[in-house]
Amino acid sequence: MTRTSGIGLGVAVLWFSLLVLIPLSAVVVTTTEGGWANFWRTITNEQTAHAIRLTVLAAVVVTVVNVFSGTAIAWVLVRDRFPGKALLELIIDIPFALPTIVAGLVLLSLYGNDSPLGLHLSNSSWSVYLAFAFVTLPFVVRMVQPVLEELDLDVEEAAASLGASRFTTFRRILLPSLAPAIAAGAALSFARAVGEYGSLVLLSGNLPFKSEVASVRILSAIENDNPAGAASVATLLLLVSLLVIVVLDVVQRKVAQRG
Amino acid sequence: MAESQVTRHARGPVTYAIRVFAIGYLLLLVAWPVALVVTHTFDDGLNSLRAVFSDPDTVHALQLSVIAAIVATAINTVFGVGMSLLLVRSEFWGKRLLSALLDLPLSVSPIVVGLALVLVYGGRDGWFGPTLDSWGIQVIFSTPGIILATAFVSLPLVIREVVPTLREIGVEQEQAALSLGASTWQTFWRITLPSIRWAVVYGVVLTLARSLGEFGAVKVVSGNVLGQTRTATLAVEEKYLNFEADVAYAIAFLLASVSVVAIAIVSFLRSRKAYS
Repeated sequence: MTRTSGIGLGVAVLWFSLLVLIPLSAVVVTTTEGGWANFWRTITNEQTAHAIRLTVLAAVVVTVVNVFSGTAIAWVLVRDRFPGKALLELIIDIPFALPTIVAGLVLLSLYGNDSPLGLHLSNSSWSVYLAFAFVTLPFVVRMVQPVLEELDLDVEEAAASLGASRFTTFRRILLPSLAPAIAAGAALSFARAVGEYGSLVLLSGNLPFKSEVASVRILSAIENDNPAGAASVATLLLLVSLLVIVVLDVVQRKVAQRG
Repeated sequence: MAESQVTRHARGPVTYAIRVFAIGYLLLLVAWPVALVVTHTFDDGLNSLRAVFSDPDTVHALQLSVIAAIVATAINTVFGVGMSLLLVRSEFWGKRLLSALLDLPLSVSPIVVGLALVLVYGGRDGWFGPTLDSWGIQVIFSTPGIILATAFVSLPLVIREVVPTLREIGVEQEQAALSLGASTWQTFWRITLPSIRWAVVYGVVLTLARSLGEFGAVKVVSGNVLGQTRTATLAVEEKYLNFEADVAYAIAFLLASVSVVAIAIVSFLRSRKAYS
């Protein structure tokens, strides 16, 4: 390591610490200063516990939906061919690109009170599932797609010519190769869903015991000048983020070893 | 290759079923709702867009968003390119840990980001806030806080684009330049930067789009002071809740157009590069 890169590393790590690491540690430190009893009281508070349960349940359900729909969409993008496919490619990235508050407004236009479909999902717990599904849509697709593109069709054809059914070919040949990508996409979409806030503001109405999620509880604690309470719920969410980072790291190392 | 894949594969009913499912899912979840926002914006011609640009507070909110996004993107580009070079070209203790931590901002809730910044830089009882305050620097409830929050949430995007490209191009050319007497600085500008320029461009476009649209983290740190610390995304919320839905739709349309154009540029450049 040269002197220049040493200085560069020092400056970069200092900036990263000031911007990300110290503030995130402050969340954990504030929680520990409040003590275990305070932490436990905050997250078992009836309203907060309900919000956390709804958030986790909706995130799990949406992640499972994404595992199936995301793999199917990736398959269509790679293996299928029809006019207008290029448009699908663009549509898939829209949820990543749209500002979350705009995402909420967008969903409200089809599933709100003026719904042309007659579906009034706003201000109900369904709106939470809907918003999570929207913002996490691209994760599994974008993880699976490149892996599927790299796969050799010959192996699948060999399996098929030896009498394997389509389902068997899928389960025995495709699935094992796609599994790490699906797992990584699922982890990212779970983490994203658990912390989601912006798309819910206009859509869910943030009704206590009905459509209120964990991040909304953090915000109300901040607004009520209760930083220790806010930090307690935030620490819980941070643990989820850290867990996802660990899962991703393990999956990526596994793939690197194999490839 | 793609051509032969399709011709060799018989299209069964399963293929069509999956195709219909994928299109239907994307239509109901994304395409149709987005199209409705566009039509709502132009319900009465250009009036709602005109209303956006004639309201000084909203114009100020748009300006603030643009400024914060540009500053945050500039910071993240310099930081991202430098950090990528370090991660790929040098060895140091704790590199793997640092590399994993750099992805953290993408999976942290925006509200947690805001809270974290308030706890450290809050003027009243933050860790560093009172000291900075005594130097006359207000971070939270002010523009620096908005920039910090924006830089936080979009931090890894440049790195994620540049690191794989740096790995791919290898070190031969750089070593050749260095052995012929070029300085580190010359090697960076003449050899390394030109070969990673597209990755940097993708990273910058994605960072700009993400920065412009940040909502949750900015909401916590900004205090949402009308005409001072209100960004465009906060204006969407406020206008909608104040029964000025048409103005909210118009601002949302502007933000959405910028981000859709951004991803269209990136995917166009990518596909062109893939075929060349």
